[in-house]
Amino acid sequence: MAEETTTAAPEATDAPEAAEESIEGPKGPIDPDFEPEIIVFGCHYCAYAAADLAGSMRLNYPTNVRMVKLPCTGKLEIIHLLKALEAGADGVYAAGCLEGECHYLKGNLWARKRVEYTKTLLAEMGMDPARIEMFNLSSAEGPRFAEIANEFTERIKKLGPSPVKHGKKAAAKEGTPA
Amino acid sequence: MITAERKPFEEILELLEGHDKVLVAGCETCVAVCLTGGEKEAEILSTELGIKAKEDGRELATESISAIRQCEWEYLDAIAEKVAEYPVVISMACGIGIQSMAERFPEKLVLPAVNTNMLGMPQEHAVWLERCGACGDCVLGETGGICPIVRCSKSLLNGPCGGSHDGLCEVTGPDNEEIPCAWQLIHDKLNEQGRQDLLLKVTEPKDWSKSNSGGPRTMVKEEAKPV
Repeated sequence: MAEETTTAAPEATDAPEAAEESIEGPKGPIDPDFEPEIIVFGCHYCAYAAADLAGSMRLNYPTNVRMVKLPCTGKLEIIHLLKALEAGADGVYAAGCLEGECHYLKGNLWARKRVEYTKTLLAEMGMDPARIEMFNLSSAEGPRFAEIANEFTERIKKLGPSPVKHGKKAAAKEGTPA
Repeated sequence: MITAERKPFEEILELLEGHDKVLVAGCETCVAVCLTGGEKEAEILSTELGIKAKEDGRELATESISAIRQCEWEYLDAIAEKVAEYPVVISMACGIGIQSMAERFPEKLVLPAVNTNMLGMPQEHAVWLERCGACGDCVLGETGGICPIVRCSKSLLNGPCGGSHDGLCEVTGPDNEEIPCAWQLIHDKLNEQGRQDLLLKVTEPKDWSKSNSGGPRTMVKEEAKPV
């Protein structure tokens, strides 16, 4: 069987900072009181263990992230990402094993494809694709888990509240200081 | 199988403009297998519509359902209760399913969410190739099992033409992809089979009245009709 080729997306951490003029409309300055709600779909074998390690190491990371444990990010479906956003999450990310290290061989590669595809759906809906992301880390990377949580939370703070919560206009207004 | 592709989201939004109660109806047969309009895809579209409505500050009641086959009355009956709750149904079935839905529920506005494109074969996972033109008069017996109607860009019955070079057609696909010359494939296959004599046979003009060119077709099996 021919080996499947996978186009690896650029490292998520290299994603550009949220633009001031986003697909969602003009953004005001960052609201210091805005605490985003972020859902993480984490793999049992890496991200979940890394989060556990981060806790054992007494590392700080934002309380904004809420994790849903999956047996493998290969279980992540497009609908899970969309349902989280529909329910009002400001950002969603998947955290799977390092590429080539998936316990089920290719689950994390499938997850990346699904996340990348869902980004195109978000763009179609007028929502910033940066609200979802795919990260890879190993179970030994507690500090990396905390770093990703910090980075992503900062990214979503810059993007402002999800336009789903109160509509685009309200979201833009929320981003503007009174 | 019948294959279809989802319409662009923008076009779907245009079709649904002004409607605030929409049922997304998937079909669990061909369009589910080609990953376009099954239960999963119907739920995705319904969720996307819900997100978009919330973004725009619009009220929209939407959910999804899927029929085992949208092209058969009994399977439409099975979803009738849910369809009754919505004035508008956007169907993700092939054109046959969409029309069956519209005919079974005449009081509903039934709209298409997909473009039905071909009778295709899954060459590999997530890749479909057109393999049949439903011409109503199959010639595969004389062409080594390779259909010149849909696989030759000119649907030639006595090929190849002068546009065949190095086994490729002079025409390229919509994404500039190379198309193998169907008549090169037919020649190669018939040579392999030792049936070169078929290549010397001049095929008479085809009776296209058996295809859709003769108007919409009806197939009746008298022996199987209920008594």
